[in-house]
Amino acid sequence: MNAILDVKNLTKRFGGLAAVSDVSFSVREGGIIGLIGPNGAGKTTIFNLITGVYKVTEGEVLFAGAPITDLEPFRIADRGVTRTFQNIRLFKNLTVFENVLTACHLSAKYSIPEAILRLPRFRREEKAIREKARDLLDIVGLADRSDVTADNLPYGLQRRLEIVRALALDPKLLLLDEPAAGMNPDETEQLMRLIDDIRERFKLSVLVIEHHMDLVMRLCEQIIVLNFGIKLAEGSPNDIRNDAKVVEAYLGPGGEE
Amino acid sequence: MDTYIQGIIMLAGINLMAVLGLSLLTGFTGLFSFGHAGFMAIGAYSAAIVTSLLKLPFVFGIAASGVMAGVVALLIGKLTLKLKGDYFCIATLGFGEAIRLILDNFQGLGGSRGWPGIPAYTSIWNIVIVDILGVIFLANLVRSRHGRNMIAVREEELAAQVAGIDVVKYKTLALVISAVYAGVAGAFLGHYMTFIQPKMFALIKSTELTIIVIFGGLGSISGSVLGAIVLTFLPEMLRAVDKWRLVAYGAAVILIMITRPRGLMGGVELTPSGIRKVLAEHRAKRKANAERSAQ
Repeated sequence: MNAILDVKNLTKRFGGLAAVSDVSFSVREGGIIGLIGPNGAGKTTIFNLITGVYKVTEGEVLFAGAPITDLEPFRIADRGVTRTFQNIRLFKNLTVFENVLTACHLSAKYSIPEAILRLPRFRREEKAIREKARDLLDIVGLADRSDVTADNLPYGLQRRLEIVRALALDPKLLLLDEPAAGMNPDETEQLMRLIDDIRERFKLSVLVIEHHMDLVMRLCEQIIVLNFGIKLAEGSPNDIRNDAKVVEAYLGPGGEE
Repeated sequence: MDTYIQGIIMLAGINLMAVLGLSLLTGFTGLFSFGHAGFMAIGAYSAAIVTSLLKLPFVFGIAASGVMAGVVALLIGKLTLKLKGDYFCIATLGFGEAIRLILDNFQGLGGSRGWPGIPAYTSIWNIVIVDILGVIFLANLVRSRHGRNMIAVREEELAAQVAGIDVVKYKTLALVISAVYAGVAGAFLGHYMTFIQPKMFALIKSTELTIIVIFGGLGSISGSVLGAIVLTFLPEMLRAVDKWRLVAYGAAVILIMITRPRGLMGGVELTPSGIRKVLAEHRAKRKANAERSAQ
């Protein structure tokens, strides 16, 4: 099996507190893995470690076979790993189109002098990335909101915009941090369809943190359960559903099933 | 034209040049600087060395001022841009004062008594041409991927990083480019006054530049242009009220902050297509009104 992401014995300590300890897992190319666990289990910390936002204390992260541990976030993004945030982080004062266009910057190579003097390469590449941004907005159904300021979008669409902005980088691996947080069942349903669609279209591998159990169970082929920074269980949705330890972590010990 | 008015126009043009640069750094990249007078000083002294001591044409002086300010900004940027927001701001304040004090104590360039006899090369024409080029270059820059990356840094640093933007690189670029603008402004100032003195580049000058950028509206080039013109002319027009003019100046700035908290232009750009659009809307509305009253 070809792993796009390999996390090996990952550990992160903040002072004496181990937020993540000795967690290992891998994501196969084209796969979709769910990361679940109670609050404070270390899920987002793992995202921050993979994307270089935090420095790894111990362990290793391999992307497409090459180590990316402790690379700077923008270099990791350049390699093809990007993410969304639990608390949405858009370029708030920019329009929907500008948000996506900004993230298309890796598809253009023109230099500052070429931009200042409006040389042919600037015009050519700028036209191409504008087209790309429009196409992306079309795919996710935000084209009619192109000129809306990101901050004024309804909540569900802000999440959607954050996902398109990530897609603009042509990532190979997308990390989604609670994409359905605060969404109603209808919006969640739409989100699931979107994730399925973009996985297919862009040949994406996805790692997703989520609390909506039905979403995780239906979407993910493999689920990893974290508790207090330790990997508690790993398996198919069915295995996880019936795992005694997982049920205990979520519902407390001794509960009747 | 009245030489007094000409003088104010030149001064506004010089201020505008420095403000344009600061607008890129503060308005578009989101970094505050209280040391840009330091870059102006570097520009002014570099240009004076080239034209006064080396007797070379003004063009070389301008080039030297931009290059020197840019190189120093690159060094300062490397040292300070890893600092978060406020700390960077304090570092620039220290830098500006350090430059002033070095020049104050360096007798070779006149020390605190200043440097007289610089050729009066600044004219209304060369400053206006440089201003126009400055506006065009800046407008082209902010409407390119590089400019958008700077804006992304201002909007949301973490998101910019995971979108593959090298945040430190773009902050450094913004600082260097803004310093080049300030340096060139310094060169023009020296060759307008024909006399330079470290005192001219004190903290108050840096503050004045920042006030103009905020007054005009962060993230708006046309705002910076308007701000520089209004806030250069205002104190001159208020000369009639003598001692009270700086009070009036302060009141005007506060008034703008209260009535237009996002600055004169409020992040909106005055562009030919934008003006046409507003006019078209206005005409459509008038037409609709006329039709309604006709019915």
